[in-house]
Amino acid sequence: MAESDNIVVETAEKIFADLADPQTINNDKKNAWQAPLWQALSEAGLPLSWVPDDLGGSGASLADGFALLNAAGRFAVAVPLAETMLAGWLLAQAKIASPEGEMTVLPASPKDRITLDSDGSLSGRARGVPHAKAAKHFAVLAHGKDGISIALVDAGKGRIESGLNVGYDHSDTVTLDKVQPVTRKAAPKEFDQTTLMLMGGVARSLQIAGALESMLDISVRYSNERVAFEKKISKFQAVQHNLARLAGESAAALAAATSAADAIANATAFNDEVYLEAASAKIRCAEAAEKGGAIAHQVHGAIGFTNEHILHRYSLRALAWRDDFGSESHWAVELGKLVATRGADELWPLVASR
Amino acid sequence: MTAALRFDPIRLPEKCEQLRKEVRAFLAEEIAAGTFDPHKPNREDTDAPEFSRRVGAKGWLGMTWPKKYGGQERSFLERYVVTEEMRVANAPTRRFFVADRQSGPVLIKYAPEHIKMDILPRICRGEICFAIGMSEPNSGSDLFAAKTRATKTDGGYLINGTKIWTSSAHIADYMIAIFRTSPPTKENRRHGLTQFLVKMKQPGIKVNPIGQITGQYEFNEVVFTDFFVPDDHVLGEVDGAWKQATSELAYERSGPERFLETYYVLTELVRAVGPNPDTRSAEGIGRLVAQLHTMRRMSVSVAGMLQAGKEPVVEASIVKDIGTVWEQQLPHRVRDLAAFVEETATNRETLERQLDFAIKTAPKLTIQGGTTEVLRGIIARGLGLR
Repeated sequence: MAESDNIVVETAEKIFADLADPQTINNDKKNAWQAPLWQALSEAGLPLSWVPDDLGGSGASLADGFALLNAAGRFAVAVPLAETMLAGWLLAQAKIASPEGEMTVLPASPKDRITLDSDGSLSGRARGVPHAKAAKHFAVLAHGKDGISIALVDAGKGRIESGLNVGYDHSDTVTLDKVQPVTRKAAPKEFDQTTLMLMGGVARSLQIAGALESMLDISVRYSNERVAFEKKISKFQAVQHNLARLAGESAAALAAATSAADAIANATAFNDEVYLEAASAKIRCAEAAEKGGAIAHQVHGAIGFTNEHILHRYSLRALAWRDDFGSESHWAVELGKLVATRGADELWPLVASR
Repeated sequence: MTAALRFDPIRLPEKCEQLRKEVRAFLAEEIAAGTFDPHKPNREDTDAPEFSRRVGAKGWLGMTWPKKYGGQERSFLERYVVTEEMRVANAPTRRFFVADRQSGPVLIKYAPEHIKMDILPRICRGEICFAIGMSEPNSGSDLFAAKTRATKTDGGYLINGTKIWTSSAHIADYMIAIFRTSPPTKENRRHGLTQFLVKMKQPGIKVNPIGQITGQYEFNEVVFTDFFVPDDHVLGEVDGAWKQATSELAYERSGPERFLETYYVLTELVRAVGPNPDTRSAEGIGRLVAQLHTMRRMSVSVAGMLQAGKEPVVEASIVKDIGTVWEQQLPHRVRDLAAFVEETATNRETLERQLDFAIKTAPKLTIQGGTTEVLRGIIARGLGLR
C-alpha cells in the first residue's frame, strides 16, 4: 500500500491509532481525547508540515502533506490538522512564519471576501470557517487596492459566531472589523483566492476519500459478521453489489483526489490543467461522499444510525467536508464555464492533457 | 491495510504526447480526405479496410507486441493514447480493434509459433479482422454453460453448434472461440471448455446478421455444422479455457473505449451552449467533465498497472462498471442539458442526430464485454465477499 512507504504518514497513523481510536473517541462525550492528540501531532511537527524549516515548520513536501491528509480522513479526526496545515501553507506563500498552536484560514468560501483597508487593517465576514473556535491564529487572504495580501491575525481580534456543520464539527462565522494583523505581506504574483480555494478543496477531497476508504472497510467487515435470514448478509447478491458500488465510489474519490494532489505537487502554476484536476477532485469526491455514504448506511441498517456506532464519524464528516472551500455545485459551474470558454474542440485536449 | 483499491496517479510520459500529435495529424488527414466524418458515429460504412491498412502502416497495431511478430515493443501507455484518440475522433476501428486489443495477445500467449508468425504480422498490417465467439443462445454471462461441441476427429476437431451476438463475424477473417470438448465435472462446472482459433469464411460456417435497435447490423449468429478445426488451432490447455479467460479481462475492460463510446454528444453539447452558458448548463457540463476526467485517470492508471506486469482484474472491473454506466447515462444527461439550448444553435441538427443514435446505443453499453452484474460480482469477490 502506498501509505506504508511514507514516514510522515506512518508517524501520523501511529499517533491516530494510539490516541484517536474511533470506538474510544466515539464513546468519549467530553472530547477529552482531543488535547492529547493535538499535542502528539504538534510534537511530531505534523500541523506545520507544509511550512519550511526557516518559517517554523517541519518542511515536508506537498506530496507528503497530501498523503497525511488522506490518512487523517481515514481516521476522520476532528482536530484542526488540515486547517492548520492549510494556514501554514498560506502564510508560507508570503514568507510569513507560522506560530505554534491551532490555526485556520479565512475566507473558507469562494463567496466571501476579506478586504485590506488603506490603514493596513482587515475587514470582512467569512462564513463556514472550519475550527475557527479552536484556532489561536487565522491565516487570512485579503483583497486590497494594490492586490492580494496574506496576513497572520490573532484569533482573539475576530468576532466568532459559533456553528456546527453536518458532521458536528465547528464551522464558524468570523467577522473582522478593522483588525490590525500581526504580520501582513503581499501575496506572490498570480496567487489569488481561487488558488487558496482549490488547495483547500483538494485537501478536503483527500479527507473525503480517506473517510470513504474507512466506510468501505467497516461496511465489508460488518457484512461479514451480521447474520440475517440464516446467513451472513455479505452472501446476498444485493448486498454484494451495493458494496461493489461503494468500492467503486471509494476508488473514484481516491483516484480523483490523489491525481489532483499529484498535479498540485508537481505544478509550476495553477493553470487550466491544474484547475481541471482540483475542481474535478472536489466535485467527484463530494458526489462519492453522497453515494458511497448512503450505501455504507444501507449495509449497516439501524445500528449505523446510532450515536454509539462509529459509522457516522465518517459518513457525516465526508458530507460536511463537501461544503468547505466551495461546494461541488460551485466548482461544477466554474469548471463548466472554463470548458465553455475554451470551446467544444478544446475539451478533449484539456482532458487528454492529464 | 484497507480494502480500498488505489489507482496511483500515473502520468503519460513525454513520448506519448509526441505520439498523440502524430495520431491527431493522421486522423485530421483522414477526415480531410473523406475517410470518415467525426460527427457521424452512426455511419453505415463501419468497415474501413483501407483505413485499417493505413493505421497498420503507421505501426499503431500490435504496438506492444514483440518485433518478430510485426509489433513495435512499445508501452501500454502509448497504445492507450492511440486508442483514445481514435475513439474520440469516431474513427472506423471496427476491422482491427478486437484483434489489436484482445485476439493478438491471446495468440501470443497460447498459439503455436508457426501460427503466430503467420497471423500476428497480418494483424499488425491491418489486414485481418477478428471476432470473439463466447456467447451462445443459452449462454451469455454464464460463459461456462456453453454447449457448442468440438468433437475429436483425425487431426483435429469437428465443431457443431451456434455462437450468437458475435460482433463483426460477418467481416471477420478469424474468430477466437470457446467450444465444449468435455462435459463439466462435479467438482468444477467450468471444466471442459477449450479455446480455439477458427478460420472464418469457410464451408461449415454460416453467419447470419442480426438487426440491432440502432438500425445497424454489427452482431451476428454464427452456425457451425461439422466444421473442421485442425489440432494446431487449439489455444492453450484442452478443457482448461476457464484458467485462461480471466487474466485477459483486465485488457478488455479498462480501456478508454469503456467510457468514451458516447463522448461525442458531450462535445456537441459544449458547442451548442456556446461560450456563455447559463448556470444550469455550466453546472451540468462541469459535473460531466469532472466525472470523465476521474474515469480517465483511473483508466490510465490501469494501463500503468498492465505496463508494470500486473493483472488488475478488479481495478479494470471498477473502471468498466463506472465507465459504462456513465457513458450510458451521458446521452440522457446531455439531452436534459440541451433542453433549453437556443433553437438557433448552429449545430442543433448534428446534436439531435447524435442524441438519437447515442440514446439507442446506450442500453448495450452495460451488457457487452461483461455485464454490470458480472463486474460487480468480480468486485465483490475482490472485497472478500464471495
